Amino acid sequence: MGLIGSARDSVRSLQLRQLLTQAINLGLIVTSALIIWKGLMCVTGSESPVVVVLSGSMEPGFKRGDILFLRMSKDPIRTGEIVVFHVDGREIPIVHRVIKVHERQETGEVDVLTKGDNNFGDDRLLYAHGQLWLQQHHIMGRAVGFLPYVGWVTIIMTEKPIIKYLLIGALGLLVITSKE
Amino acid sequence: MHSFWYRANALLTFAVTILALMCAMASITDHLNVPQPQADVQVSNINWFRKQPNGNDEVSLTLTISADLQSTFTWNTKQVFVFLAAEYETPKNSLNQVSLWDGIIPSKDQAKFSIQTTNKYRFIDQGSNLRGKEFNLTLHWHVMPKTGRMFADKIVMPGFGLPQEYR
Repeated sequence: MGLIGSARDSVRSLQLRQLLTQAINLGLIVTSALIIWKGLMCVTGSESPVVVVLSGSMEPGFKRGDILFLRMSKDPIRTGEIVVFHVDGREIPIVHRVIKVHERQETGEVDVLTKGDNNFGDDRLLYAHGQLWLQQHHIMGRAVGFLPYVGWVTIIMTEKPIIKYLLIGALGLLVITSKE
Repeated sequence: MHSFWYRANALLTFAVTILALMCAMASITDHLNVPQPQADVQVSNINWFRKQPNGNDEVSLTLTISADLQSTFTWNTKQVFVFLAAEYETPKNSLNQVSLWDGIIPSKDQAKFSIQTTNKYRFIDQGSNLRGKEFNLTLHWHVMPKTGRMFADKIVMPGFGLPQEYR
């Protein structure tokens, strides 16, 4: 109670100049997060440099809630690499391992087949109807690094939006009421 | 200024920084390990060899795989993913890589193994080029860390061949 009360008092006591400073501070935090994200996109060449594992299909290597760092380099796709790919008609990208590669002689185009380590069969059942192979344009990146558990933050926030709003609200209040 | 939340925030930031630093250091120590794995693969039998109705060649092999990957394990290793792939060139494709068998090694004491197995994944060509085809068998391994960078390497074993006729 005392916390909210003092926060209200401090909000009320703000001068216009102070209010502007706080707004700029808040803007700085948001923009620097954006800069880091876009910077990572440039460095890694992948449209989503960090992904959260959502399913158990790669267990015991990757569990739900683990974070993967992706890279999209010019190097051709090879078997054994763990790639993140889009399937037409599916919103959520999939993280699985490449088990077959056929690379064309002249054009260098590739046909790729993937499979989850923990799945019994290959991924043809997950692909679009009648699709036998993935092509280069389906692939968003390959996994190069791994961090356990951290992705649970985003999983919890997407599944329980109320926690997200509470967290954003609390952080916003903290920024507005903090006085340097 | 030095309110409860201010201190809690500082403590949390510090703890997360230290944790990130320790993860990075654990990953860096992986670089100090120079693995010297060994592998030997034999094709013990060609079970059958045919042309599918759609025109693609398919062959079934029995493989004897023995390998020692114990040196790939470090204290930051969660598991090693090992697989055997057939690699060959055809007039249409500059590279064909077909996984024949794979396995997950969860601990160091299971990293020295010898097994006999038929191919786990189907050995199918894109087209009909497998008769008399020379191919490499490559043992790949992917080291999956507890945290940090993933490593991969391979041993290429050349000099395998398929028969001239279907059987």
